Amino acid sequence: MTTSSSPASSYTSIVSSLALVALGAWAASSGLLGTILSYREDILYLAGQHLMLVAYSSALALAIGLPLGIALTRKPLRYHADAITQVINLGTTIPTLAVLALAMSFLGIGAPSAIFGLTVLTLLPIVLNTIAGLSMVPRYLVEAATGMGMTDRQILFRVELPNALFVILAGVRTAIAINVGTAPLAFLVGGGGLGELIFTGIDLMDTSMLLAGAIPTAMLAIVADFAIGQCQYWLIPRGVNPLR
Amino acid sequence: MIRLDRLTKAFGSVTAVDGVTMDVPSGAVCVLLGPSGCGKTTTMKMINRLITPTSGKIFIDGRDTSTLDAVTLRRSIGYVIQQIGLFPNKTIEDNICVVPDLLGWDRKKSRKRAAELLELVNLDPSVFLRRYPKELSGGQQQRVGVVRALAADPPVLLMDEPFGAIDPINREVIQDEFMKLQAELKKTVVFVSHDIDEAVKMASHIAIFRDGKLIQFDKPDHILANPIDNFVADFVGGDRTLKRLRLVKVADAMQVAPVSVVAGDSLETAVARMEANNHTTIVMVGPRGRARGFLHLNDIRGKGGVVGDHVETLPGLINVNDDLRNAVSAMFSHGVTWLACVDDEGFYKGYVTQRGISQLLGASYRE
Ligand SMILES: Nc1ncnc2c1ncn2[C@@H]1O[C@H](COP(=O)(O)OP(=O)(O)OP(=O)(O)O)[C@@H](O)[C@H]1O
Ligand SMILES: [Mg+2]
Repeated sequence: MTTSSSPASSYTSIVSSLALVALGAWAASSGLLGTILSYREDILYLAGQHLMLVAYSSALALAIGLPLGIALTRKPLRYHADAITQVINLGTTIPTLAVLALAMSFLGIGAPSAIFGLTVLTLLPIVLNTIAGLSMVPRYLVEAATGMGMTDRQILFRVELPNALFVILAGVRTAIAINVGTAPLAFLVGGGGLGELIFTGIDLMDTSMLLAGAIPTAMLAIVADFAIGQCQYWLIPRGVNPLR
Repeated sequence: MIRLDRLTKAFGSVTAVDGVTMDVPSGAVCVLLGPSGCGKTTTMKMINRLITPTSGKIFIDGRDTSTLDAVTLRRSIGYVIQQIGLFPNKTIEDNICVVPDLLGWDRKKSRKRAAELLELVNLDPSVFLRRYPKELSGGQQQRVGVVRALAADPPVLLMDEPFGAIDPINREVIQDEFMKLQAELKKTVVFVSHDIDEAVKMASHIAIFRDGKLIQFDKPDHILANPIDNFVADFVGGDRTLKRLRLVKVADAMQVAPVSVVAGDSLETAVARMEANNHTTIVMVGPRGRARGFLHLNDIRGKGGVVGDHVETLPGLINVNDDLRNAVSAMFSHGVTWLACVDDEGFYKGYVTQRGISQLLGASYRE
């Protein structure tokens, strides 16, 4: 279960922003910045690809993960939530590269394999936190809601999900941060993205090319994390928002 | 209004509720009382069908509840749980309006009602409507919990130890507030408690449970005066006679229309009146009948003059609407064996004596 509480994660993003600024300063002073900027067009194009990979895989992961997490906490399965969580935890130990390689073996080279791999990777924390969030809603709240005459559906949408939202969004935040950071591996299965600059840079031992891929990747991760953090702060009602 | 007919619930081998039959009249406050695990909560949850009976039937207003739609039924029954159960994601206003919203009431109407209800329990709507439950104290949350159950004006109210989670002082206050509400609204209330004092205070009927069986179902005073067996006697406590004091009003125990004197009467008149009535004291009233003081026979016998010159101040007064518990307490604290009783305006209405109270309580034991 990943409940990234905000103080810690905003601390992380401050540190990483500082690191990024330091990196930029060093790059500028050593004349690297100029070289990096010469990749501008590649960066823009590949960042677009990168974002597409992230967007598709995250959207898929949300579309599958949230309903799956909800389904796994409904009546017959609810009593096995712990066992289900264990199985999913096992799933998270499979290395990303292995998932990508497996995906490639039946989806072939290209973006679909990359999206599939990233989706699987993103899915797990989302499902885990959805289960965790929903099981943390006290049973007596559900019983009060039932006793007042809510239908199961109304209980889910008016009581359970709103009260689990903070934990669920914490999972989404972690998942997407992982997703953006892992997306460069997509290049290895021919999925494109900023990984192309990073891995080519490594192969050619060309630091500026490497950085031209790495810095925008890091920036994307920070921006995504910040955006979801803001959602978490503003979208969740004050009554169930520990940040406010 | 609510009738349980041989209601039984078995959880596997445990029979939580065993053949309970009872009839709660309209407007009654029926307190289900008994030790932990005796089936009070289970009985109550069968009324709003949170638990399905193994056998037996429940009728509300003559209709068999098992034939009704469970969701519709629940919306017509107010429900207060021990954990209060306000929804943390909703403001106080939205919490109160949960059932009205489910019923599709006009929003303006329901929000207006929420404000009125908050005022009934002494919470300022302009302060509390927009707050979230976590921004309220325990006692305030409990009040909102009660008011939320009343929001859609259901005829029936189920309350499972609604005041269990608050400190004794606040509990008294909220109990009083609830009694005031109930006097006005006259709901039919089923109320779970394991506190005999709370039951005596709130109940019009008490149902005592033991191991899932209904042992005694009666008015509080009858249960205290005539416990059906040793279990009930033990449960209501060795001081059950003292508890009964709370159930009797001074007005019902006092000697009414007693003789009195006024300041201008002569002492001979006073003595004559006391002797004629076999009394050793007499109360002096003002011109319009307010109790002003008293005279003792031994102090004035054989003396001359008027009452006004010899009067002593009354050691204590008791309002006719107070209960006997307060009267006895006042007697003990003033060290006297009788008290003059006055109404809200201070007019002298009668007197209560320790002997009179003992006889009254004793009489119903022998009846
Ligand atoms: N869901 C359940 N499954 C199995 N046994 C249950 C269940 N609910 C209640 N019981 C049992 O039924 C009996 C009555 O329980 P109930 O909750 O009605 O007691 P209660 O009178 O409300 O007690 P308390 O004062 O402690 O709340 C107990 O022995 C309890 O263990
Ligand atoms: Mg109980």
